[in-house]
Formats: sequence, structure tokens, C-alpha cells
Amino acid sequence: MVKITVDDRELEVEEHLTVLEACIQNGIFIPNLCFLKTRHHPHASCRLCFVSIEGYDRPVTSCTERVRDGMVVKTNTPEVRALQKSAFKLLMSLHPCHPKICPTEKPCLLMRIAKHIGVGLNPKPLEHIDRGLPDLVDFGPLYYVPNRCVLCAKCIHTCRTINQMPLLTFAKRGIMTMVAYFDGEQNTSICANCNACVDVCPVAALLPKSAFTSSVESRKA
Amino acid sequence: MEAGKHNANQLVTEEEERAIAEKLPAIFREFSQERTNLLPILQRIQETFKFLSPGAMRAVANYIGISTSEVYGVATFYNQFRFHPPGRHEIKVCMGTACHVKGGDIILENFERKLGIKEGETTPDREYSIERVACVGCCALAPVAVVDDKVIGYMQPSKVEGLFLQFEIQRKIREGQIKAEAS
Repeated sequence: MVKITVDDRELEVEEHLTVLEACIQNGIFIPNLCFLKTRHHPHASCRLCFVSIEGYDRPVTSCTERVRDGMVVKTNTPEVRALQKSAFKLLMSLHPCHPKICPTEKPCLLMRIAKHIGVGLNPKPLEHIDRGLPDLVDFGPLYYVPNRCVLCAKCIHTCRTINQMPLLTFAKRGIMTMVAYFDGEQNTSICANCNACVDVCPVAALLPKSAFTSSVESRKA
Repeated sequence: MEAGKHNANQLVTEEEERAIAEKLPAIFREFSQERTNLLPILQRIQETFKFLSPGAMRAVANYIGISTSEVYGVATFYNQFRFHPPGRHEIKVCMGTACHVKGGDIILENFERKLGIKEGETTPDREYSIERVACVGCCALAPVAVVDDKVIGYMQPSKVEGLFLQFEIQRKIREGQIKAEAS
């Protein structure tokens, strides 16, 4: 066990933990989208979990930093918030928020993060970018909504963990990156009843066809 | 190019997939079953068939022993791979620096709108395919399109229209000839 100080609160945590895990375990919310416990190497792609650590000249992502004895962490400095806000705005410029038809449980994780860091759900002053992706992509047993996806890669990692021959992957690159489904020689029935990727998705970008809500259907029509 | 569930499925017939599948073992023999060979194999397949069919990607995955989705992910990452068979008329629109400055993207959009497909795709009748290329080396003629290996400089939307008029006439003559031979 090591002692760390987070926002003037003294915590005693296990030593192998990352700063993010230690905070979450102690009820201190740090915005994060891509963190998964089962990952050996943090993806560190959402750029939301920044914290300031005493002795460091700039904020660092808390999912990549392990706790050390005597560490002094601040989760809400102006520098941290500035980084989180720009990362969040960039995310929202590709994620049009339609709370009425979005099947996530409200408040969704993005809403909680917006409230926590004190910004709106629009991308302002950034523009919304239309990547020209389809509204809905058929993934065999699932549907994929590219414009909701925040590319956290949790689904891909989860699929890889469960299946030796995963069905999900990132396709294309840059701003056109999206999750893709490509089935192999094996049949897709392993996928049909699993839904692990659906459960792990923070933004309801993956939906099982069986539980498909009429809201998306009406949007498609 | 449509990612996700591959819509080349609709374009590539089962016969074509079978024809490709028959020739794949000969290609595979040139490479050992290691994942470092993934790109060379994909390049070799594209060299032979001009595109990567879904069946070919499945076969590659099987050969190297990795998942099909991984093959697809790697292949879509690189611009050099295409997932649709080329059309009878191959349209390449230059997106190099000079052409970009001179509005190459407008020309590309013209072609895309005219044919109802995106770059990297082929029309369902297999007549036309559109591709974007980096630089064809004649920047003084920007914006440039290469249609069936013929370089067309100073592209304009009106030239796009003219081109298709010409192709449609050719097509009518061709189909007329087929009818004449049949009767």
C-alpha cells in the first residue's frame, strides 16, 4: 500500500494501481472513456483523464501513470481542465448529441463528463464535422452507428479478449477511422449471443439487432 | 469505400470469388505462413486481381492464422489497397498539391456525384470506377484526371459531362454491335 494525496484528500491505495484506478476506487471521478481494467497497456486515446502531479511540468494522463508513495495529485487545475475541454470539444465535433433518440441511459457518460468539466454538449467554438459516414452499418448480429462512436476501442479490445479470432477491428485511418466488422470462415453465431462489445460501449454506438429500438429505425427512414 | 460489412459482396459474383480462390494457393506458396507476410501477400493479390475481394481476405487470414477482421483493418489502413473490382473505365483524379490548389476536389466530387459512387468504388454495372491518386507528374496541367490511362489536363466540370457523353455513345455502339452479331 502507498499513500497518495488527491485534491487534498489522503488515500491509501495498492501500489500497482494507476492514478486513474486509484481515484475511481476511492470515489473520485476523473473523466475517461477508453480506460479498461483488462488492458495491459492503457489505450490513452480519449485524452480526458489528465491530472496534475506535483513535480511534473505538465499534466499527464492518469491512466498511464502508476501511483507512487507521497504522490500529490490534483484533478481540477486550470491546465487540466483546459486540456480536457479541448479534447472533449474535439470529440463532440464528431458526435452530434441527439439525447431524445440516443438509447444510452441518461445521463450518459459524455453528459457526466461535460457537467464535471463544466462545458456544454455542443462542439462550440469548434464546428461539427460530417465525415459522410452512413447513419447505420450492418455488423451481422449488430448494428453500428458511426456518428455516435467515440473510437475508444473498448469493443475491439473486449472482442479480442473473448475471441481468438476477433470480429471487430478499426478500419481506415485518420478522421475516417471507424469500427468495422468482418466475419471469417467461422460462422457468426459466436457473435450473436455474446454482446460483450455492446455492454462495454459507453455511447450506444453498437446495438444488438434483437433489441433494436424504433428510434434509430425512424432516423434511418 | 464502404467499411464495416463489406459491400463489395454485392459487386463480386460467386463465380469471380471462385476464380480468385483457385489462383490463391499459387500466390500463397511464395510466402511462409507468418504475419510479417501479410502486406506482401495482400500486395501480390492486388497485383494479380487488381483488388482485394472479401473471399481473398478471408483466405489470407486463414493462411496466416489471424482473424479476418485484422486483415481487413490492416488493408483499409493503407490507401494502396482497393476493395472493388475496377470498372471498364478507370477514372483517376489527381489530388496532388497543385491539383488540390486548383480545385481537384471539385472535379472528384463531380465524378462522384455523376456516378453516384465514392472514390474507391465501382458502379454496380461495372462500367466506371473512381480513384484518387497522389500526383501524376504533370502539375502544369492541374487539375488533372487520368481516364483509362489518358491524361486529361485543365479539368472542368463541363469536361466531366463531355467525357460521359462520349462513353455513353461508345457504350451504345458497343451494345448495338452485340445485338447485330446475335441476330
